[in-house]
Amino acid sequence: MSASEATPLIDMKNVRFGYGERLIIDGLSLTVRKGEIVALMGGSGSGKTTLLGLLGGRIQPISGEIHVAGQNVPTLARKELYTLRRRIGMLFQFGALFTDLNVFDNVAFPYREQTDLPEPVIRDLVLMKLEAVGLRGAHPLMPSELSGGMARRVALARAVALDPMLMLYDEPFTGLDPISVGIVGRLIKRLNSAMGMTSLIVTHDLTETLRIADRVVMLASGRIHSDLSPEGMHSSTDPFVRQFADGLPDGPVPFHHPARPYAEELFAR
Amino acid sequence: MIGALLNGLTALGSTVTRRLERLGLAARFSLTVIMVLWPALRRTPLVIREVYFSGVRSISIITVSGLFVGMVLAVQGYEVLQRYGSADSLGVIVSLSLVRELGPVVSALLFAGRASSAVTAEIGLMRATEQLDAMDMMAVNPITRVVAPRFLAAIISLPLLSAIFSAAGIFGSYLVGVKLIGIDDGAFWSQMQANVDFRLDILNGLLKSVVFAVAVGLVSVFEGYHAAPTAEGVSSATTRTVVTASLAVLMLDFVLTVLMFRGLM
Repeated sequence: MSASEATPLIDMKNVRFGYGERLIIDGLSLTVRKGEIVALMGGSGSGKTTLLGLLGGRIQPISGEIHVAGQNVPTLARKELYTLRRRIGMLFQFGALFTDLNVFDNVAFPYREQTDLPEPVIRDLVLMKLEAVGLRGAHPLMPSELSGGMARRVALARAVALDPMLMLYDEPFTGLDPISVGIVGRLIKRLNSAMGMTSLIVTHDLTETLRIADRVVMLASGRIHSDLSPEGMHSSTDPFVRQFADGLPDGPVPFHHPARPYAEELFAR
Repeated sequence: MIGALLNGLTALGSTVTRRLERLGLAARFSLTVIMVLWPALRRTPLVIREVYFSGVRSISIITVSGLFVGMVLAVQGYEVLQRYGSADSLGVIVSLSLVRELGPVVSALLFAGRASSAVTAEIGLMRATEQLDAMDMMAVNPITRVVAPRFLAAIISLPLLSAIFSAAGIFGSYLVGVKLIGIDDGAFWSQMQANVDFRLDILNGLLKSVVFAVAVGLVSVFEGYHAAPTAEGVSSATTRTVVTASLAVLMLDFVLTVLMFRGLM
């Protein structure tokens, strides 16, 4: 690993975030080096998507520092935040394509909004990005004419349009068939290395994650429970990691939501 | 007993606080929208697109409604005026009713029902499907790109629609009054020309339309932008837009009428 790759692109220190009294992120610290693909996993409500919101500056922490490319995100003014966001791409859970624009215009959107490039150049760039995700032929289609997997790939082409240094993926495999999961997974891996990006993936898909990620960070109760390599995930004997890896219904994450004793509930009148 | 009273007071206090918070949010949001109007206005194609969706596509409903309102006014007006032998004044009565009141008010109500509800639903769905978040993450301000053009489109469209409504209404009353009932053609038009004042009647009516457009436009974009990101949230926001915008139009109409025509009272 070179010196530049060892430099942390993301450096979060003692971050706390919550709604009212309820803490979602509780003293979390995380470092992601340049060029890494880091998967964030954990049960529903463990704070994975919240973490992406904090990194993108969409929500403000109660306390702590969130450094992205050396800038402390919560302290940035809107203009500075927007300058930083031009270097961050984000793939939303269901793509979030603009439904009133066709595939071509969706991918052209960042160029038209953020650059002064002439239309012929934008056309070539859009077609190149669509070619990279295998959908150049779909450029005239509307989002309503795309399958879930295609929509996710178009959204990926749009997210990497401005060659971001950091890509945030919010559950990119949710709702996709196995073929599409494989396609999107390979694209994430390929784009990360080809474009020299760093990727943070929030996901529940363990098989695909272990295939493409360099590290798997597991969150529980708003903190990092474990930070393992894919091999470490396979061999881990930690009950929480095993419950997650083996898909066990009960364990450290209980099957039942907290409630009164069953008999008491049934016979209470 | 005391417990129930306390609970009632707590619920009342909580409701009042929530309403005040929402009012504050609406005021802050309105200010934000107004502050980005100039950059939004420079993105002419976006504004033209919204004028087409909100304004141009409302022309048919506005024209047909205006026509029928004018026809009804002619029948009702003639029925009253002929008792006093003033049937020739039908054109004046109808045109004053339309340009001062019915044109701005009814077109604003129709606009709230047809175009503003659609704007709320569209922005609400963009919120629910994370399109606004995606835009924000691409360093594009959704208020400038999505909200402001729709608000500007309301301000441009509604006064014009109101004028179309009044013109269609006058034409409808002409059809019924002159062509059907047989009022003198010359008297109908000449009395209208002599008694309708450009500044007092037409410009004031136009001013009302602009004020209604600001109210209806702000309500629709605010409700859409702050809709809960669920199907139920978007449908509630759409309903709130129609109800709030309609009530705002009627209340503002009373205030504006008093301010504009108090010298006549």
